[in-house]
Amino acid sequence: MAGEARDLKVQIKNVRMVFDTRNGEMVALNGVDLDIYENEFICVVGPSGCGKSTLLNIIAGLTQPTSGTVLCNGKEVTGTGTDRGVVFQQYALFPWLTVKKNVKFALEMRGIKGKEADEEAMKYLEKVDLVKFADHYPKELSGGMKQRVAIARAYAANPEVLLMDEPFGALDAQTRTQLQTELLDTWEKDRKTCFFITHDVDEAIILAQKVIIMSARPGRIKEMVDIDIPYPRTQETKMSPRFLELKNHIWSQVYQEYLEVRK
Amino acid sequence: MKTKKSQSRIPPALWLLISFLVAMGLWYLLSIIPVTSRAFPNAVVTIQGLAKMVERGVFWQDLSSSLISVFSGYALGFVIALPVAILMAWYLPVRNIIQPWIQFIRNIPPLAYVPLIVICAGVGRRPQIIVITIACFLIMCVTIYQGVINVDETLIKAARVLGADDKVIFVRVIAPATLPFIMTAVRLGASVALTTLIAAESVGAVAGLGMRIRSLNNSFDSAPMLAYVIIIGIVGMLLETIIQFLERKLTGWQEKREI
Repeated sequence: MAGEARDLKVQIKNVRMVFDTRNGEMVALNGVDLDIYENEFICVVGPSGCGKSTLLNIIAGLTQPTSGTVLCNGKEVTGTGTDRGVVFQQYALFPWLTVKKNVKFALEMRGIKGKEADEEAMKYLEKVDLVKFADHYPKELSGGMKQRVAIARAYAANPEVLLMDEPFGALDAQTRTQLQTELLDTWEKDRKTCFFITHDVDEAIILAQKVIIMSARPGRIKEMVDIDIPYPRTQETKMSPRFLELKNHIWSQVYQEYLEVRK
Repeated sequence: MKTKKSQSRIPPALWLLISFLVAMGLWYLLSIIPVTSRAFPNAVVTIQGLAKMVERGVFWQDLSSSLISVFSGYALGFVIALPVAILMAWYLPVRNIIQPWIQFIRNIPPLAYVPLIVICAGVGRRPQIIVITIACFLIMCVTIYQGVINVDETLIKAARVLGADDKVIFVRVIAPATLPFIMTAVRLGASVALTTLIAAESVGAVAGLGMRIRSLNNSFDSAPMLAYVIIIGIVGMLLETIIQFLERKLTGWQEKREI
């Protein structure tokens, strides 16, 4: 650990998660080990029900693993913490608050109040290009805009690690591409440690430095693929030979797991 | 609310007037058809009937008595329902013990148990308030409880990962998320309060809209009776309008709107 060039941010050690269901025990995760380094962008792909979201919830501290531990900055995770921010697939914006007040909520939790919070909130909204919509309610926004607000809110909490649970999964293809590009731009600038779950192999490769393929139930890490395509990446990157090669490999691995699920 | 172009030539106020005139026409018809004319005297006679009650000095007494009972019972019902609903949603034992009985009592028409309450609480206003409180409590408790247990869990998670503690989550997430259900409870409660009023005044009341209708029934004096029935309707509509206004003010952020 000490010999690593980069700082270890999150350590997942032998995590096992068992759910009690009506049909007996269901092992969602088994023997998951993973190190997430600072400034790293990791994408997790796998068939639905492989425990991707469960793993994210465990890192976030929203779910306690049956056994095993998660360390963040060397400290054991026992609950949620502001060092880890989450972006949910369903946006999870507070519908009774305007766009600006949603972002301010995150700032107020950090103890930033009043005028300062107002100004800060606008700065975060500027980053996602939603200044004009500051006083709108979430119901007046499109899905893509809602998710941008959610991302702005997650950033406003200033976490060290950003956990994203299929954030673009509910969006149409065009909006999804647009948000991927925006996220790439942001990440290339600030290199915030990112743990991103998706079922979209293209999305995983275009964003991540490392793609983790998870196996079907019980979820385990099947393979870790280094994405050796240099940044900055654009949507054109998706046409490059290396991209297609990686896509081929990852897709066939994921597909095997799909078949496994269907059995 | 915007209407479609083809309908927009007639403004809403005019529609209201047309609707009113149609109703007046129907009322007039009822007043000349022999079968219904005894129960439905025409508007002039009805207003005279009301005037007679005002002259006798009972109308304002009846109205204020009923309104006091309705508002006291309604307010008390709400004040009890809110914490009970929250406790039911949060604590399984509370829910398991209380819920079956709420369902049980809810299915009994208040008219049936009014005499029992009069036996305990005596005649006058007290039993009326108790009956309305019970009825309002039951409907509001069930509605608010549904609201609290249906709060989107993702919102609670989102607040938690942003660093909110239990108190902040209650005040800033659960309370506003439940507000639409509370407003629905307030609206349902208002209509229940009025419906129950008539039952509550059925035994041992000395004044009140419901009590007066019953006593006028003994003399088949239909004009003031009809006037009183219409007054109850007007009170109900006024309440509904006020609550709808509040609902729009407080929960306009909602994605789905009720009709």
